[in-house]
Amino acid sequence: AAALDAVESKYSTNAEPNTLEEITGYCNFYEFGTDKGDPARHAGQMTTDPWSVEIGGLVEKPGRYDLADVLKGQSLEERIYRLRCVEAWSMVVPWIGFQLSGLLERVGVQPSAKYVAFETLYRPEEMPGTRRPVIPWPYVEGLRLDEAMNPLTILATGLYGEELPAPNGAPIRLVVPWKYGFKSIKSVVKITLTEDQPPATWNMVNPREYGFYSNVNPEVDHPRWSQAEERRVGGGFFAAKIPTQKFNGYGQYVASLYDGMDLSRQF
Amino acid sequence: MAWTFPGSSEPPRLRQRLSRLPAWPVYPLAVLPVIWLFWQGATGRIGIEPVEAVEHRLGLWALWALLAGLAVTPLRRLAGLNLMRFRRAIGLVAFFYLCCHLLTWAVLDVQGLAAAWADIVRRPYVTVGMAGLLLLLPLAATSWNGAIRRMGGRAWRRLHRLVYPAVLLGAVHFVMLRKGWQLEPLLYLGLAIVLIAARFLPTGKRSSPNR
Repeated sequence: AAALDAVESKYSTNAEPNTLEEITGYCNFYEFGTDKGDPARHAGQMTTDPWSVEIGGLVEKPGRYDLADVLKGQSLEERIYRLRCVEAWSMVVPWIGFQLSGLLERVGVQPSAKYVAFETLYRPEEMPGTRRPVIPWPYVEGLRLDEAMNPLTILATGLYGEELPAPNGAPIRLVVPWKYGFKSIKSVVKITLTEDQPPATWNMVNPREYGFYSNVNPEVDHPRWSQAEERRVGGGFFAAKIPTQKFNGYGQYVASLYDGMDLSRQF
Repeated sequence: MAWTFPGSSEPPRLRQRLSRLPAWPVYPLAVLPVIWLFWQGATGRIGIEPVEAVEHRLGLWALWALLAGLAVTPLRRLAGLNLMRFRRAIGLVAFFYLCCHLLTWAVLDVQGLAAAWADIVRRPYVTVGMAGLLLLLPLAATSWNGAIRRMGGRAWRRLHRLVYPAVLLGAVHFVMLRKGWQLEPLLYLGLAIVLIAARFLPTGKRSSPNR
């Protein structure tokens, strides 16, 4: 992969990042299979060049943007973020990317827009996992506009100083570090500004287990397991679990987004 | 001994060979992979998340052994292959794998008996898996010849039908713990249903008292 230049960011954690092998070898990308190792085995089939992102809905400049055009004018930063999966494991990932707000400002958000909808590539001939209806395809996700505009929310195009590996959502993916990992949709082909709350795949599959917001919250258990603690991937056989932090530890930047909301009901 | 049934239709030579094979090597052969598995886990040789890998593999092995045990009777009745002499060993191996699975989960994954108990009570997929294991407890406890003698063959066989709900609970546990409707656990559930149903098919011969 080609090397990327990126500047450091004040939003990065000091925690030791996971290895590239852990980050690419242990992840969920159901388009390539449901095993954590499937993305590393199969995502190489995905054509990521050429790539374009269709930006539409309530924007001033809708259109199909080539990847290079999406990146134009955006300064790349390294963002070393904690990632907390809804399955109660976590990692520290040195993403390279730019703030989603930068792109949204460039395409012009109309005043009536309240949400941002995202869609992953759906190409069954290159994505063996999509040949069976494990979940509805294509994978879709959404954010409220203020969440999308938060400086923590980035579109990542790289990892460890190089272009994003295919298992991690090449060539461009969303990263929302205070939400469970599945909100950070991979291999984005479509971004749509909407007035109404857009559908989100896991929320559609099982609304009791996966809310639209899906903020990391140790106080709100998943119905099938506790969210109070997490396994930091790479700790080995005898590693103790670590306590999960509310908003994955990013509360100082994002807690105010949810003022007045009951997060146990709007989870 | 009421619990062994001479096969009637397999080729005589194969039957002879099988009848000469002792069942006891099944036990050490089944324990070795568990030692190997834990060694791989403890030394970082089994993938990126060793606890999960070991825990899931033990659960899967237990399910395989339970399904193998369920396959003995249909194989004898439909294919004429008599593996009945291995069935007790297969069942006990399944129980052993399940105990290792439970311990790995409680000690290395959930990390604590209080947390494990809370999960058993509150998380349906854990409750279901635990119920399956508990159903197998009296079966393991009565797996020795003296127990069969004391209970009598009929009562013993009736008790050991608990293996049917136990395997179904195990397969349902597998289906429930995955996200979405995944093919692999559903195939195991389907196989369990087929193997149990196969016992109730009419054979054309006299109805078998031994299921």
